[in-house]
Amino acid sequence: MEVHHPTSLPDALRAVAAGATPLAGGTDLMVEINFGHALPDHVVGLRRVEELNSWEDSRIGAGVTWRRIDEKGPTALAEAARTVGSPQIRNAGTIGGNVATASPAGDGLPFLAAVDASIELVSPTSTRHLLWSDFFVGVKQTAKAPDELIVAIQLPERLPSRQAFGKVGSRNAMVIATVGCVVTRDDDGKTTVALGSVAPTPIRAFRAEEMISAETSPSESALFEFQRLVSEDVRPITDHRSTEEYRRHAAGVLARRLLERCLR
Amino acid sequence: MIVSFSLNGSPASGRVERPISLLDFLRDELKAIGSKSACDQGECGSCSVILDGVVVCSCLVMAADVEGSTVTTVEGLESEGTLSAVQQAMHEAGAVQCGFCTPGIVVAATDLFSHNSSPTTREIKEALAGNICRCTGYGAIIRAFETLAGEST
Ligand SMILES: Cc1cc2nc3c(=O)[nH]c(=O)nc-3n(C[C@H](O)[C@H](O)[C@H](O)COP(=O)(O)OP(=O)(O)OC[C@H]3O[C@@H](n4cnc5c(N)ncnc54)[C@H](O)[C@@H]3O)c2cc1C
Ligand code: FES
Ligand code: FES
Repeated sequence: MEVHHPTSLPDALRAVAAGATPLAGGTDLMVEINFGHALPDHVVGLRRVEELNSWEDSRIGAGVTWRRIDEKGPTALAEAARTVGSPQIRNAGTIGGNVATASPAGDGLPFLAAVDASIELVSPTSTRHLLWSDFFVGVKQTAKAPDELIVAIQLPERLPSRQAFGKVGSRNAMVIATVGCVVTRDDDGKTTVALGSVAPTPIRAFRAEEMISAETSPSESALFEFQRLVSEDVRPITDHRSTEEYRRHAAGVLARRLLERCLR
Repeated sequence: MIVSFSLNGSPASGRVERPISLLDFLRDELKAIGSKSACDQGECGSCSVILDGVVVCSCLVMAADVEGSTVTTVEGLESEGTLSAVQQAMHEAGAVQCGFCTPGIVVAATDLFSHNSSPTTREIKEALAGNICRCTGYGAIIRAFETLAGEST
């Protein structure tokens, strides 16, 4: 087995280009390995790569852990971070690993969709920024090329003044989301709604956004119309965690409650 | 490859040929069996260790990736036969039933008390959210750490 422990990005990229599997916090990859679904014999450990661990304002390095995001992230992303796994998982797991895994239930993803974040991808020969909607292409599928690393998540310079994250699950701690949601609302009323676990990729509920953005102080009936539009726009499935009907209902209720939190 | 790191203050090393976990490496290669293996997927916390200053599940750490790191397991918490304050608190509160979860709980609580000497009950529960006690002895476990937290205020 060949394992690299680079401290610089170019060295890490060379290893990836030569076929090494990236390893960040290991909280997704090691489960795959322990259960025999993956057996990499060439690995590049990323946790010593300074550039991946750096965080400058709106540019969050891929190696930033949930623990650090909980401590100093933007409101709704920090709220999401607090719900990821347990302290042990938050100490190891990274936002880059969450994005690379691209699980429909990834708790970091609704925020990225809600604020129109981009994913910075770097290969030995190129750098590109993909908008979240171009990056996430299916269940656990992304537009990342095999020789690329996710280097950072780029957020807009200015974030909406009000933001809220919520997640529905079967218990409080250590739970994979049945539905995850971020609502943002800016001073001019512009509202975004992004949801996870209700489609193959994170999605936005554009019709609901448009309707509620036009309301300066939404009435009770406007709030319920917003809820109805969100429920209509999601595309959930039935699986071992929940049914399609429950997810559809919960998505609307959760989005409305988060909107109410933003309006307070 | 050979992996070398610091284990409970002493140098440790061994050969790894496959992407095994630090937990398996500790238990099978180094015969350090204090950290327990139960779920192998980060759900139970019985394998908790302190890696470079933070508590993690050793079943989710690749052994080959601890090269040059510092690892503390439950074996490293007592000093010369004297239990640490966290261990003593568990002992006095009768917070050990079958004992399987105990090493993980002790390591997770050690991490908590290392950065917060008087945690609230809520903070204690949050710090232990990743540790399952199959004997469900949570009451005594929480009380042990409430008492310890009270002593430092
Ligand atoms: C017990 C448990 C509870 C969990 N709870 C939650 C939860 O509540 N919410 C949630 O969203 N997730 C949860 N997860 C999943 C996981 O913790 C997160 O997805 C985490 O963010 C993964 O990050 P990591 O650094 O550990 O990734 P790793 O496991 O190191 O890597 C994951 C994948 O991404 C690739 N990769 C990593 N970094 C990069 C990079 N920079 N560039 C390109 N590819 C890269 C790896 O090759 C691998 O394929 C949980 C996992 C466990 C075991
Ligand atoms: S064995 Fe590691 S968390 Fe259960
Ligand atoms: S004491 Fe038996 S598992 Fe906790």
